[in-house]
Amino acid sequence: MDPLTWTGALGVVLNPLLAIAAVAFVLSAVAQFVLSFAAPAPTLQAEADGTLARSPGLVGLADQAMKWSFGALILVLLAYLVGGIVMPYGEAGIVGAVSARFLPVWIALLATFALSIATKRSTGLYGKLFDSTIGMIGFGLVMFWVFTAVFVGLFDMIATHDPLQQIVAMKNEPPGTPVTGGPEGIFPHYLLGGDNLARDVFTRMVEGSVVVMQVAPVATVFAFMVGITLDLPAGYYGGRLDTVLSFLANLILAFPVILLFYLLVTPEIVQTGIPSYMAAVLFVFPLVFFAVLLNSRYYTRPGLRTPLLAVVLGLLFVLYFSLVNAAGSRIDIPGLGWLDLFDVPGGILVVFVSVVFVNSPTVFRIVRGLALDIKTRDYVAAAQTRGEGAWYIMLWEILPNARGPLIVDFCLRIGYTTILLGTLGFFGLGLPPESPDWGTTINDGRRLISVYPHPALPPAFALLTMVLGLNLLADGLREESLKD
Amino acid sequence: MGLFILRRLGVMLLTALCLTFIVFFLTNLSPNLEKLAKTQGNFRMTDAQVESFLRDRGYLQPTIVKYGQWLGVTPGWVIEGRDGTVRSKCFGELETGDLPEGETNLCGVLQGNWGYSTVFRDDVGEIIATRLALTGKLMFWVMLVMVPGALVIGVLAGMREGSRTDRSLSTVSILTTATPEYVSGVVFIAVFASSAVGLRWFNGSATSAMEQATFVNFTLPVMTIALYGMGYIARMTRASMTEVMTAQYIRTARLKGVSFRNIVLKHALRNALIAPFTVIMLQFPWLLNGVVIVETIFNYKGFGWTLVQAAGNNDIELLLGVSVVSVFVVLVTQLLSDIGYVYLNPRIRIS
Repeated sequence: MDPLTWTGALGVVLNPLLAIAAVAFVLSAVAQFVLSFAAPAPTLQAEADGTLARSPGLVGLADQAMKWSFGALILVLLAYLVGGIVMPYGEAGIVGAVSARFLPVWIALLATFALSIATKRSTGLYGKLFDSTIGMIGFGLVMFWVFTAVFVGLFDMIATHDPLQQIVAMKNEPPGTPVTGGPEGIFPHYLLGGDNLARDVFTRMVEGSVVVMQVAPVATVFAFMVGITLDLPAGYYGGRLDTVLSFLANLILAFPVILLFYLLVTPEIVQTGIPSYMAAVLFVFPLVFFAVLLNSRYYTRPGLRTPLLAVVLGLLFVLYFSLVNAAGSRIDIPGLGWLDLFDVPGGILVVFVSVVFVNSPTVFRIVRGLALDIKTRDYVAAAQTRGEGAWYIMLWEILPNARGPLIVDFCLRIGYTTILLGTLGFFGLGLPPESPDWGTTINDGRRLISVYPHPALPPAFALLTMVLGLNLLADGLREESLKD
Repeated sequence: MGLFILRRLGVMLLTALCLTFIVFFLTNLSPNLEKLAKTQGNFRMTDAQVESFLRDRGYLQPTIVKYGQWLGVTPGWVIEGRDGTVRSKCFGELETGDLPEGETNLCGVLQGNWGYSTVFRDDVGEIIATRLALTGKLMFWVMLVMVPGALVIGVLAGMREGSRTDRSLSTVSILTTATPEYVSGVVFIAVFASSAVGLRWFNGSATSAMEQATFVNFTLPVMTIALYGMGYIARMTRASMTEVMTAQYIRTARLKGVSFRNIVLKHALRNALIAPFTVIMLQFPWLLNGVVIVETIFNYKGFGWTLVQAAGNNDIELLLGVSVVSVFVVLVTQLLSDIGYVYLNPRIRIS
């Protein structure tokens, strides 16, 4: 097997095109930026038919050039990806081979976008997202990693090798090196090279997305539930409760996050069982949340409420118990092993707890502000006059009306949680050292970065695109929800 | 106003006490103490040896008593060890077994005694002072790059809302907020300092910058921290600028025929900079995080690097010192931002 070049046979045609398009784009962008300050304001001219014509001038010319060159740039980049899928393996270089590996993701993305755009008038805020370019780009980036995690984690598709397999001859080899010395019948190349322990960088990057998807969204949901359950009463009732809870939230916020991580996520602290106890306390909040949510709505209809509560709380309790109770840890209630459906590995649980713990005070602050604002509205007064209970008003009147800002903040916060997870991995806290998550791989790669930059860069870009996608998505959502 | 500041100071004090107690409690848990004893003594100590080591050095007293001693409100311990030497917190080993005459047996933070670092084998106060000075140098340059850069980007983006300039600058600021320091630092080193790309414009390590900071060895760490904070401040500035640009008095100025440049520079800018001021002050806690990461990546032995060393080795008194300083920084900047906001914006008066 020959080593792969970056673009293979496609590069002969496409590389010059890409260079031309890129140079044109940069030049026109700079020209547009500079001219927009220097050039005179566009003149308006009335035409005979009563319309106004705007002479674009130099700025408009640069604007047009920028648009066209940007389109060309995108087309060339697309050609690399499509070429890789269409041409036989190896002909289209590393870029093509990587694109071909991601084929299931491309198909899923195309299907999602086609379906969403076709039905965008009937799907509310989600559909409106497809009116904003920024929102669509963000959604695409996020869904790319979501689908990658799904296909890697559930179907074992995209990854080329085993993330822990070491093939000694491949240590620190550059991208596209053919595999020598491994067992028969494995994938013929290390597409993005080998890391310091001779593992495949590409595989570890896509496996890393699974770790992020397992922890980040769920941790954010938990943080929101803790924040909402504690804070709606604080905002609604105010007074002493508010003072005490705000003080506690500010206390956690004043802590440098890294110091908190170092104090909570060490093997010694795990031994004392503090994270398990914290998990036991923090994970009660979703139960409380759902109990109060359903009870406040249906307490006038006991025939419906009692079975509903029993089923929902029963299910949640089993989940809660499985999460908290783990054989061999501090919380291990004897005789109830049959209720324990699954064990969360100790490292993941600690990471999870500390991330929830760090995030909930910020959520608390945001929801409190929203609650303070919304509780002065007329519909809240109307509900109070009807004689609704305090919890009904909080959860069924105030909360749904705060959903816009909450959804936007939820997207941003998943991004922030991803960054926090990376930070934990970067300092080698919590997750096992051979874990393929992005923070750990960046940290592994940075030691030799001035000689071999290739192991650290793919996870860095993966994390960057994921967080960027979430930020753009939040921006798009904010813009569209403000248009109402 | 005076009462407001006094109340805030009270809350600050309470917060600092609570936080240091939490740190104290967590670092004094028994597995942590055992690790400390083993790294201080030797790794093959038996459980009994560990216990006597800790007992002789006052670690096995109740946590609240130890906390009082660290603060300097309860008298320091004097313990006769099993080996016969009498040790005391304040005066070290006592040869006669009695405390010196005429001196109070109080030595805590309140008396200016920050304790002794078990990792660096030096006085904690001194370590923190030197490290803080190094980080101060880093922060000075970060502020010098970040604040003007962010304000310019924000004002340019906000003065014509919805224009192409606005959109491209907003996208750039989103991009920088989405790039955590450990990503941008690694990318910068790979591009500008590695032999693989071959540019080698800057140094990938800032160790030499501790002695003498030059353009070559200090640019990358400063840019890495500055970029992450810049996006956020720029977005806040943009939001505040767009709000000001739609105000009535701007429209009046425009109708009177004031040129666009004068509207932006003389009428809008000052009012638009009130909100970013608070944001910049509230950025300090986040910058502290960035400092820890960047100092680790670039091996710049400042305050953040000390935090990592202290936390990684369970160096209790150094860790407490570090957390006192960082909590103090966070709370003081919060207070300053509140006071500054009231001062800059005469429409708000705190009763």
